[in-house]
Amino acid sequence: MNIDKDLVAAMATPLVLAILVEGTSYGYAILKRVRELSGGEVEWTDGMLYPLLHRLERLGYVRAEWGVSPEGRRRKYYEVTDDGRAQLADQRKQWATANRTLGGLWELAAPTPAGASA
Amino acid sequence: MNSLEDQIGEWRAAILRGGGVDATDAEELEGHLREQISDLESSGLAADEAFLIAVRRLGQVDLITAEFAREHSDRLWKQLVISHPADESRRPLLTMLGFAALTAVLIQVARLLAGVTQIESAWFLRDVSLFVLPVLAAYFAVLRRIPWVWAVVLGSIVAVLALAVNLFPFAPGASTNLLVAIHLPIVLWFVVGVAYVGGDLRSSAARMNFIRFTGEWLIYYALIALGGAVLLGLTALVLEPIAPGGTDEVFEWVLPSGAAGAVIVAAWLVEAKKNVIENIAPVLTAIFTPLFAVMLLVAAIGYAITGVGREFDRDLLIVFDILLLVVLGLVLYGISARNSTGKAGLADVLRLTAVGAAIVLDALVLVSMLARISEFGFTANRVAALGVNLLLLVNLAVTVWLIVRLLARRSPAIRLERWQTGYLPVFAGWVVLVVLALPPLFRFA
Repeated sequence: MNIDKDLVAAMATPLVLAILVEGTSYGYAILKRVRELSGGEVEWTDGMLYPLLHRLERLGYVRAEWGVSPEGRRRKYYEVTDDGRAQLADQRKQWATANRTLGGLWELAAPTPAGASA
Repeated sequence: MNSLEDQIGEWRAAILRGGGVDATDAEELEGHLREQISDLESSGLAADEAFLIAVRRLGQVDLITAEFAREHSDRLWKQLVISHPADESRRPLLTMLGFAALTAVLIQVARLLAGVTQIESAWFLRDVSLFVLPVLAAYFAVLRRIPWVWAVVLGSIVAVLALAVNLFPFAPGASTNLLVAIHLPIVLWFVVGVAYVGGDLRSSAARMNFIRFTGEWLIYYALIALGGAVLLGLTALVLEPIAPGGTDEVFEWVLPSGAAGAVIVAAWLVEAKKNVIENIAPVLTAIFTPLFAVMLLVAAIGYAITGVGREFDRDLLIVFDILLLVVLGLVLYGISARNSTGKAGLADVLRLTAVGAAIVLDALVLVSMLARISEFGFTANRVAALGVNLLLLVNLAVTVWLIVRLLARRSPAIRLERWQTGYLPVFAGWVVLVVLALPPLFRFA
C-alpha cells in the first residue's frame, strides 16, 4: 500500500523533526530512517527532503552545521532546536486528535480490516 | 570511474541551472547522490546503473529545483533566469508600453482639467497621483491576473479616495490639503502593493517582495529621472540657437508625460531586471548602514551631553520623521538581503547601533515636542508629524528588541522580517486616516 502524496506531505515535518529528536543527523540518513520506519510504504522523492530541511532551518526548528563524514566528505548535519521540539509536541497533539477522530468513526462503521491493525 | 565523475558533474550543472539551488545546496545534494551510489554499488550494481537509480530516487531535476526555488524565493529575486520562449517575449514589453502611454495621456488630461478649473497648481499637485498610480496598480492587476473581486475592491477604493479628496471643502491654502497631497500617493502606493502581491495579502514573503520592489523601484525611477534631466537639459542647449525660448512649451508637455510614463517603465524594469543584476537597495544599505550608525551615535551622544537646548519646532520633527524613515529603510533593505538562515553578525550589530541611537535621539526630541504641543494645542500638521513619529518609534523599538534577541541567538531572523511585514497594515491604516479623517476633524483648515 502506498500512502497518498498529500498525506506524506502533511507528515513530512513531524516525521523529520521526530527523527532529529532521536539525534543529530543528515539528509541521507534521515531518508534511510524514514524507509526503515515505514517499511518502504512512505514513498518520498529524496530531493524534496532538502528544501523541507531548509524551511525548518529558516523557521528556527532545526540548526544546521557543516561537518565531515567518516569518509572525509563535507556533510551538512541537522540538529533539532527547542522551538523544533515545541513544534513537534504541537503537531503530535494535532495528529493524535485527527487519529482519535477518524478512529472513533471507523470503529463505529466497520470492524478493522484485516492486517491494518497496529 | 571517470565517466561516473563526468555524469555527476553534468547532473550538478543541471541542478545549478536556474539559480534556485546554490553551490552549497548542490554540494549537499551531491553528497546524498554519492552516498546513494556507493550504497547501491556495494549491493552489486555497476557504477552507471547505480548512478541512474540514485538520480531517479533523488527526483526529477526540474521538480527539485522548483521546490528549492519555492523555499528560497529570495535567491530567485537575485538571479532567476526566466526562460522566455522567443515568440512570447514581446508581450510583456507591449503591455508595459501600453500602460505607460495610458498614464502619459491621462496626465495631460489632468493638466487640461487643471487649466479649466482655474485652481491649477493646488489641485494638480494634490490629485496628480490619482492619474498615475492607479494605472500602475492596473498594470500589476493585469500582469498578476488578480481575481475580479480584488479588481473591483481596488477600483472602488481608488474611486472613494478620488471622490473624497475632491469633495472635501478645503479652505484656500489649507494645511490639511497639503497633508492630503503628501499622503494620497502613499495610500495609492499601498493599492499598488495589493495588486503587486496579486491579492495574496496574508503571505509575509509576498509582502517582503513588495518591500523589495518599492526600494528597487525608487532607485530605478531616480536613475530614469536623471537620464531624463540630462536629455531635456541637452535638448534645450542644442535647440537654443535655432529656436530661442521655443523649447519651454514643448517641455511643459514632455516633462509631465515622461515623469508619469517612467513610473510604469521603472516598475517593469524592476520586474524584468531583478534577474539580471543584484538588487541595488541592499547594496546601498550595506554601504550606508555603518555611516548612519556613526552619525547617529555621535548625534545621540552630542544631544545627551549638551541637552536639547534650542526650541523644537514642527520642521525639526519632520526632519526626525525622515531620519526614522531612512533608518527603517536601512533595516528593511538590510534584512531583505539577509540570508534567512545565516548567523547574526557584524551587520546586525551595526544595524542595532543605528536603530538604537535613532530611538534615543527621537525620544529626546519627542519629549520636548510633547511639551510644546501641550502648550499650543494640536493642529493637523502636528498630529500628522507626531503620528508618523510615534508609529516609527514603536516599529523601531520592537526592531531593536528583535535584533538583540537575534544576536543572542534567541530568535531566528524570520521574526524580524515578520514583524516588519506585519507592520505594513499599520502604516497603511495611518495614511488612510490622514487622508480621510484628518481634514474633517480639523474642519478642512
